[in-house]
Amino acid sequence: MIGAGDEQPLLVAERLSKRYGRQIGCRDVSFSLYEGEVMAIVGESGSGKTTLLQLLSSQMEPGAGRVLYRMRDGVTRDMAKLSEAERRFLFRTDWGYVHQDAAQGLRMGVSAGANVGERLMAVGWRHYGRIRHSATTWLDRVEIDRDRIDDTPRTYSGGMRQRLQIARNLVTQPRLVFMDEPTGGLDVSVQARLLDLLRGLVADLGLSAVVVTHDLAVARLLSHRIVVMKGGDVIESGLTDQVLDDPREAYTQLLVSSILPP
Amino acid sequence: MSQTMSAALELSGVGKSFTMHLQGGVRLSVVSNVTFSASPGECVVLAGPSGTGKSSILKMIFGSYRCERGQILVRQGQAAIDVAAAGPRQIIGLRKNVVGYVTQFLRAVPRVAAIDIVADPLVSGGAARESARKRATEILQQLNVPAPLWGLPPATFSGGEQQRVNIARGFLPELPILLLDEPTASLDAANRAAVIDLIAEKKRRGTAIVAIVHDEGVRDAIADTVVDVRRFTDAA
Repeated sequence: MIGAGDEQPLLVAERLSKRYGRQIGCRDVSFSLYEGEVMAIVGESGSGKTTLLQLLSSQMEPGAGRVLYRMRDGVTRDMAKLSEAERRFLFRTDWGYVHQDAAQGLRMGVSAGANVGERLMAVGWRHYGRIRHSATTWLDRVEIDRDRIDDTPRTYSGGMRQRLQIARNLVTQPRLVFMDEPTGGLDVSVQARLLDLLRGLVADLGLSAVVVTHDLAVARLLSHRIVVMKGGDVIESGLTDQVLDDPREAYTQLLVSSILPP
Repeated sequence: MSQTMSAALELSGVGKSFTMHLQGGVRLSVVSNVTFSASPGECVVLAGPSGTGKSSILKMIFGSYRCERGQILVRQGQAAIDVAAAGPRQIIGLRKNVVGYVTQFLRAVPRVAAIDIVADPLVSGGAARESARKRATEILQQLNVPAPLWGLPPATFSGGEQQRVNIARGFLPELPILLLDEPTASLDAANRAAVIDLIAEKKRRGTAIVAIVHDEGVRDAIADTVVDVRRFTDAA
């Protein structure tokens, strides 16, 4: 069963579309994501990247099409048909969502330890010592000094907040993580550290991830596959190095040739 | 798409062109009707002047360039997979289990130490981190990369040192097919010899190799077959 399950996609998008009034959010997007794969969604502002991410992660209902997800028991379910309780449970355990603005993904008024521990309590952990131990381990993993465990994220730098948000998301060992511009707004050395950290965690934990980014270097470093969006449409998709090294569409060629070499 | 084959790699009728949309849609034909094969333990050297499409051929075999025409059959166990028609997931699988690719340029990852850059492909292939690192040190030693550098990220290394880290990374996994794009380009004589030894060892173990080397000494030392790429260049 496990072998067979391996060949089943984890997440499937079927002809997803969303309109905002007359404005098109995204149109007719289909793909399959398998376990351990990282997919990047790239494109300029307003191309529909974030709309697609929100549809995939059930934060928004599609106008047409559906999202399928293979649950831990191996059964693939239509997200729209899950009960609210099932969907919430998925959000707290099997999925992670890393926001560009860490303040949206963290509770800014409570301590770092509580931010990480909260996700564990949501899945039934009750033993304070064990929760604290797990929180400490995760702070180590994302390279936050243990001494800062009782401080609130308000006192953290942007890079630290982002790392804390990642710890909070990964502590329940999700299988799928959505990331919206995870390195946006950070300066380059902080970005490099975060990227290296993400790369390592994704590989070690065998995570699947969907990463929205406008930075092709981030896409190249983190992702196996890439989807290029423009005006709500997917205009090109495939292996990341294939699309970036041998872009076929005019817009992708423009994107690739617009990067300043360091 | 699956069929049995005796060669490790077989290209037939492979063609490639680029459409440059930013230059008004100019079509650049790179190669056409590329046909050759490589058997286990055989080293095929692609020869010809710069700009005749040698690297493009390697990239099509590896799947980082799309192949528009023809077939690129790669043997995986008993099956043959056509890279030209394979989807992303199949190509990811081939890179993990069948095809390795070494260029002269290291794509340095910020903050990752040389030893881990070398060990990573083994780890993602399922090896334990510690044994992978141990094997990484052995091959770094073989390639004369000084031990004090192993723990450092290679972004600040010299060109030759970066290249040897890259060679170590590419040669460490035991894959049936190895693609080499100028592996000795900026190396001194001693290090060229070390790479020639590594290639000979791979051949003895049955690896099929397709290589681009401009250095005649290296070419003579490793080549079993020389394929002149000029015959694949479009006359048009």
